[in-house]
Amino acid sequence: MSAVAPAAPGAQPNPFVSDTHLRRRRLRSRAMEVLALIATLIAVAVLGLVIVSVAVKGASAISFNLLFHSERPFGEAGGGIANAIVGTVILVALASAMAVPVGILVGLYTSQFAGSRGASIVRFALDILNGVPTIVTGIFIFALIVYGKAQSGWAGSIALAIIMLPIVARSAHEVLALVPTDLREASLALGVARWRTALRIIVPTAGSGLITGALLAVARVAGETAPLLLTSSIFATTVGTSPTTALASIPVRIFQLTETPSPQEHAQAWAAALLLIVFVLLLNVLARTLFGRSNKRSKATR
Amino acid sequence: MSDERHTERTQTVTQIITPPRPEPQVSSEPSTDPQSATTTPPALAPELAPQNAAARQVRVEGLRAFYGDREQLKGIDLEFEPNQVTAIIGPSGCGKSTLVRCINRMHEEIPGARAEGRVLLDGYDVYDPDVDVVAVRRAIGMVFQRPNPFPTMSIFDNVASGLRLTGRRRDLDRKVEQALRGAGLWDEVSDRLSAPGIGLSGGQQQRLCIARSLAVDPEVILMDEPCSALDPIATLKVEELIAELKQRVTIVIVTHNMQQAARVADRTVFMLDGELVEVGPTNEIFTNPRDTRTEEYVTGKFG
Amino acid sequence: MASESLTTSTTATALSKAQRRLSDRIGEPGLRGLTWLAAATSTALILLLIYKVFAQASEAFSTFGLGFVFKNVWVPTHAEFGGGAFLYGTAVTTFGALLIAGPMAIAISLFLTEMAPRSVRRPVATLVDLLAAIPSVVLGLWGIIVLCPFTAKVIEPVLKSVLGWIPLFGGEASPFGLLPAILVLTIMAVPIISAVTREVFETVPGSLKEGALALGATRWEMVRMVILPYSRSGIVGALILGIGRALGEAIAVTMVIGKSEAIHAQLSQPGTSLASTIADSYQGASTKLELSSLIYLGAILLVLAVIVNLVARLIVRRTTLRAAQAGGLA
Repeated sequence: MSAVAPAAPGAQPNPFVSDTHLRRRRLRSRAMEVLALIATLIAVAVLGLVIVSVAVKGASAISFNLLFHSERPFGEAGGGIANAIVGTVILVALASAMAVPVGILVGLYTSQFAGSRGASIVRFALDILNGVPTIVTGIFIFALIVYGKAQSGWAGSIALAIIMLPIVARSAHEVLALVPTDLREASLALGVARWRTALRIIVPTAGSGLITGALLAVARVAGETAPLLLTSSIFATTVGTSPTTALASIPVRIFQLTETPSPQEHAQAWAAALLLIVFVLLLNVLARTLFGRSNKRSKATR
Repeated sequence: MSDERHTERTQTVTQIITPPRPEPQVSSEPSTDPQSATTTPPALAPELAPQNAAARQVRVEGLRAFYGDREQLKGIDLEFEPNQVTAIIGPSGCGKSTLVRCINRMHEEIPGARAEGRVLLDGYDVYDPDVDVVAVRRAIGMVFQRPNPFPTMSIFDNVASGLRLTGRRRDLDRKVEQALRGAGLWDEVSDRLSAPGIGLSGGQQQRLCIARSLAVDPEVILMDEPCSALDPIATLKVEELIAELKQRVTIVIVTHNMQQAARVADRTVFMLDGELVEVGPTNEIFTNPRDTRTEEYVTGKFG
Repeated sequence: MASESLTTSTTATALSKAQRRLSDRIGEPGLRGLTWLAAATSTALILLLIYKVFAQASEAFSTFGLGFVFKNVWVPTHAEFGGGAFLYGTAVTTFGALLIAGPMAIAISLFLTEMAPRSVRRPVATLVDLLAAIPSVVLGLWGIIVLCPFTAKVIEPVLKSVLGWIPLFGGEASPFGLLPAILVLTIMAVPIISAVTREVFETVPGSLKEGALALGATRWEMVRMVILPYSRSGIVGALILGIGRALGEAIAVTMVIGKSEAIHAQLSQPGTSLASTIADSYQGASTKLELSSLIYLGAILLVLAVIVNLVARLIVRRTTLRAAQAGGLA
């Protein structure tokens, strides 16, 4: 221990002596910091690993043939995932068309029109719905529509819509509730009816937040496999567009492609995974940057 | 091992060179008589009692403090007399809190903040690179503006928390009692030591925080506006406590309340815009200040 | 001229006022009713879901009763079904994942809220959150082709040599099994637990942290003395949300778990879970009883998930209540 020459006459004992106990405490603290750093690095590394694997293996398998041709009948080589791409687009579009308007309406109800008891009942129900495992949602729609009849694109998209609904509703509620009350009260004070206030003032102010919620729900549901397994998984090898029949989808196709040991099928699976992950990550990034902007704006108006 | 021998040798040397400063008359056992317990603080453990008048003395030399690029303290040179209460007064933003936080190195906990210069306790620089900041904060305690007892701990555990950190786990009961007596809180809480610390009133919570600091046997206690969140009765109790505590520790108290400074402080420091304007015995500062700025402040012309 | 325009403008105003009042008469109850309808439908939806799933499982339920839940048998040809193995698999994979993901996510959150330099906090937090955005089928694909061989070649042999005396780790290395399923579920649970605990840690009052540091605590001691105790119920809530995520995961698990209906003690051996079995065996179900039994498994899963959800809500309510009380006191 280097001690500065004491200013007063006569040396004082060093009050800052670093004994072994203190050194051990210091070491333990440093060790914990290192552990925390390592944990974070592992998480980021895993993310990187997955993305890189998908990117590398998927990119090498992507080809014009793959994207624009459909499956070959069993046994034939070649083929592609065109039917899965088209199917996913249709299924997700239909699901969004059902879930987004309803979700926003529910969000409007719970944030603008409902009494506190009504709002908490609805939010409770949505919370439970959100926690239902997606495979059970698949079972529900299976039991409701498919059982005894046949799978269909409608069944699949309804299942997806049910999964999207609580996500859209919750984010819509949060964004709508975030609109400053002064804005709402000013409008009401001017004599504008509640419904007009809601539609003309509150919804537009919350606009980008609502879009963000919808985008995040789409990103979530585009990669869902389990509900589609039970509602829209036995599909034709040709590109189908009618929701009355079971439609192919990228997640289900990936799932099926991995069931065989064939490396060509696996290559197709990687390519499909690449498409899916690019789509999902793009949506996520888009939603986050959009949300960041709308968040700043709503804060500025306060 | 060698540190202990060095300490022993220096103690013997100083005993020969300088006569020991008369310690307050105390018994070595904690007094069981409640009357004497509140008036006579128990003795410090012998291995911790410095032998020389320069103990518990804080010197600030050339202290500059920065928040990022902004210079808040512009070069402070100051001495805090041992076993005395020094008050630091000045208008908002003059740097009094910053100064005090530089003494126990809490200033650097703020992101982007740093300090230059030296702060010497007993002649040892707290900013010495070989010194662990944890040791500094054990020797220099701090009481904050708003009482901050740990909410998940009982009264006993709050006071014992510092002791458990430093590994001094023997005799916890006795040391906690000592600390609570030293903070004037023992009589009020001795029957409910396992009650949660936040269940106490504001004034009691602040005294609990003082007890917590006392438990680790610091040499200095820094107080950053300790009474500003308390009602007048609680404030009075804390001020009485400060008068007792100075026999054990050196006290530095930041206050925006000049009457309080006049009541409790032996010496007062007046700061303005990050600079030291004047320092001296309290009644001189208030009745006969040398600097016009000091005079203007204490007569209420600004601040 | 001026008076004329005044009259026309007054008439125009009166007309538009009438129009507006009419549209208000329709619009106000219209929108109100519409939103109420949407809300009522959504609320009814969850009730319908629970009803339908239980109804579809009723055949198996009336045949096997509650004993189904724990009995370990699944022989379609003999019409004998029981959920024991699947419940075991769900339990092992869920708790195994929680055991790893919990401390790991807490460590990550501590790093991001206390230790990391400010400039990297947001971007790294976003990266950790992005783990949750990876579709489970993609994670399963990665699991089969990248993780499983690695598990069999590296992780399991190492575990066996170091900890092989524990039955859990003593099995023969095999690519598919409970262990890769646990790892995959860990990857899915970490971002959720971390996001919630991060929020909780950020609410710890700075004055408490200062108090601990000023007392002479090291950074880790401050975390242990102040942050963790203060965040206790929030952390539990986060862990429960993690359980919920792991519990219901069907796809990634079924892809790596190997599908074996026997209950093995060793983690390296193939296993099964409630969700993964449904995903796996749905298409192969040949009899009504078999299908109903599979859905019975789904009903068990639903009950577990709802319980988990309710417990999480209870804890969140208690945490926010305590925070409000503490705020009032200070």
